[in-house]
Amino acid sequence: MSRSDPAHTHDPARPHLAPARLLDIDPLLEDPKTRIVVCCGSGGVGKTTTAAALGLRAAERGRKVVVLTIDPARRLAQSMGIDSLDNTPRRVKGIDDSAGGELHAMMLDMKRTFDEIVEAHADGERAAAILGNPFYQSLSAGFAGTQEYMAMEKLGQLRARDEWDLIVVDTPPSRSALDFLDAPKRLGSFLDGRLIRLLTAPAKLGGRAGMKFLNVGMSMMTGTLGKLLGGQLLKDVQTFVSAMDTTFGGFRTRADATYKLLQAPGTAFLVVAAPERDALREAAYFVERLAAEDMPLAGLVLNRVHGSGADRLSAERALAAAENLEEPRIVDQEGGKARLRNSPDAPDSSDSPTSGTPAEAPAAAPEGGSPTEDAEHAEGTEHTADAANTEDPERSVDQLTAGLLRLHADRMQLLSREQRTRDRFTALHPEVAVTEVAALPGDVHDLAGLRDIGDRLAADERELPDPADQPEPPEASA
Amino acid sequence: MSRLQVVSGKGGTGKTTVAAALALALATEGKRTLLVEVEGRQGIAQHFETEALPYEERKIAVAPGGGEVYALAIDPELALLDYLQMFYKLGSAGRALKKLGAIDFATTIAPGLRDVLLTGKACEAVRRKERSGRFAYDYVVMDAPPTGRITRFLNVNDEVAGLAKIGPIHNQAQAVMRVLKSPETAVHLVTLLEEMPVQETVDGIAELRSARLPVGRIIVNMVRPEVLDETDLELVRTVPRSTVARSLSSAGLGGARRGGHAERLVDPLLTQAEEYAERYTLEHEQRAVLTELGLPLHELPLFAEGMDLAGLYELARELREQGVS
Repeated sequence: MSRSDPAHTHDPARPHLAPARLLDIDPLLEDPKTRIVVCCGSGGVGKTTTAAALGLRAAERGRKVVVLTIDPARRLAQSMGIDSLDNTPRRVKGIDDSAGGELHAMMLDMKRTFDEIVEAHADGERAAAILGNPFYQSLSAGFAGTQEYMAMEKLGQLRARDEWDLIVVDTPPSRSALDFLDAPKRLGSFLDGRLIRLLTAPAKLGGRAGMKFLNVGMSMMTGTLGKLLGGQLLKDVQTFVSAMDTTFGGFRTRADATYKLLQAPGTAFLVVAAPERDALREAAYFVERLAAEDMPLAGLVLNRVHGSGADRLSAERALAAAENLEEPRIVDQEGGKARLRNSPDAPDSSDSPTSGTPAEAPAAAPEGGSPTEDAEHAEGTEHTADAANTEDPERSVDQLTAGLLRLHADRMQLLSREQRTRDRFTALHPEVAVTEVAALPGDVHDLAGLRDIGDRLAADERELPDPADQPEPPEASA
Repeated sequence: MSRLQVVSGKGGTGKTTVAAALALALATEGKRTLLVEVEGRQGIAQHFETEALPYEERKIAVAPGGGEVYALAIDPELALLDYLQMFYKLGSAGRALKKLGAIDFATTIAPGLRDVLLTGKACEAVRRKERSGRFAYDYVVMDAPPTGRITRFLNVNDEVAGLAKIGPIHNQAQAVMRVLKSPETAVHLVTLLEEMPVQETVDGIAELRSARLPVGRIIVNMVRPEVLDETDLELVRTVPRSTVARSLSSAGLGGARRGGHAERLVDPLLTQAEEYAERYTLEHEQRAVLTELGLPLHELPLFAEGMDLAGLYELARELREQGVS
């Protein structure tokens, strides 16, 4: 930890907070001791893209990487060649392998993963019985928690194969983003639980002395379940459970092994978030939870952080200047006429309200219309265009400039909001190293885009244009 | 108008916010709505700035014109005990089941049973009547699971009816499906004007339709104001830098000469405008994709300062004005 540059922390307009610690991605990815990187965070913060970008970056720095994604956007999956669901890692083509690295990627198919476990642990006949059981078919296709468990199971399998020196895992879009930690335990405890023993071996229990009471509860329960589910479903459940019980004797052991793997020193968790209140609240919760579970947290990846090359110009000054440009130019022109002339056109276009019907906005720019002509056109309809013509280009530029300044004011307000949410997080968790990823205007769906994200992940604010290089303008607020 | 309004959307699109605003919007003129949360995140309580909701219907807001919004955070475990109690009058047996882990089993492990209970509870609220014969709630708004899971979530009763071919669960499942597949229900999808959420919306609608679930409206959330229009953006590409510098200078932002303060602002400002233009184009493309779906399309503004209770009322007013309620 270090005290950050006071010039940075004290400038209210500065977009990039200097957190207590900077997360340096490259050493983490390059360290041969790093074997697993888990990306977690709430939905919609760019988790999958981050995982893919980290994988690509590590591969291009010479590591043999596999990225396990859960639910990638279609075009991203296509760009990596994993849009077909075959549940095995595929080599990604088109990466720079000059450093000797490889990138493999796979998309999790939870049903296939579940089926494979059954096939691996049961003999043919029994496996067929389980796979054909209607209860199993429904269970494996996706009850709450299957995806989480299967992601962890797949991670365990990939690690056991030992073909890759780095596994990057994307976590499922869970409702709480934490379920994947609980899933193995939950399934494990169920399969080892009393209920399952009661369902599978009622006779044995009933025969023992002193278990009479339990036995009463038991028969009441099967009776109830039978009434509820219908006899046939109960039978399906019982068949399934007994098949699972013998097949997955070591389920809990496996779940525990996966859990321990996550706590091992070779694992690094990255919490992914965007600089928004809800996402960072979730991130803080995640940080606390990982600490409670003794899971090694490497740091926070803050996606979609905005910056500005003109961050010395405050929102307030930009707005004042924009208003200045949009006001009638009494100074430049003869009074009354100018006022009249300017009142209808200037403020409207640059200041349209949010609630309109933007679907009706023109789809294309006016054909061949130079700005001058447009302005003339707009003006000519209502006013005598006498002395105005010569002024038009100037007017449109002022109008444009006013728009640029309003855009800038929005950006600066966004920056200070992002900074406030980030500051709150840093105050709560000063121990967490942070790396910021500058926002992109569009989505990422090719390797070049992922590479760009990788560069942004590895860079921090040091690479952005630093306003401190420029001489302090006299007008800038302190 | 459908009495069960289901709100789904990709994670991060603000579906809980939209569901809450919709519940408020529908509660005008003395109407009563129930806002149901099924994912146990207490997002509703946060939006209405109240303490965490228990598993009980309680009034959380009054809408303009005297309407009322009630909220319910469904706890699957309690919902199951509730259900057993309702159908079988199980007092102590329910507790015995709980001791044995059966409730845990049923709500977390059993396929879809959790979802059965959640949808079942919502449908029960839709059908519930007061003694007077009036519906207990004019509308039920559900803050549902995200787009990727919504069809499976709503359709779970079909699956259950197939698994349990007879018996009360079978009957209950079919009763729920009758509500969900009727015009009594509308499933709305919340999205942003970004590629991934829009793609997910398109896919989600196809899935809902193939499951014959009634698709309602598309609600585009967090729409940013238009700061520069088409003409401005055209001009950004052609404008001489020096004229912008002069304009900035005339607005009092320093010297327009080379190296002057105003002049040094030109490049960063134009860069920001180019980024804006790129996003503008993308947003227009995405809007066109959504328009093509041929469903009622609504847009809600972004609240730059973040969502709070006042913002929620603002969104509700916006939804009413756009004819959603």
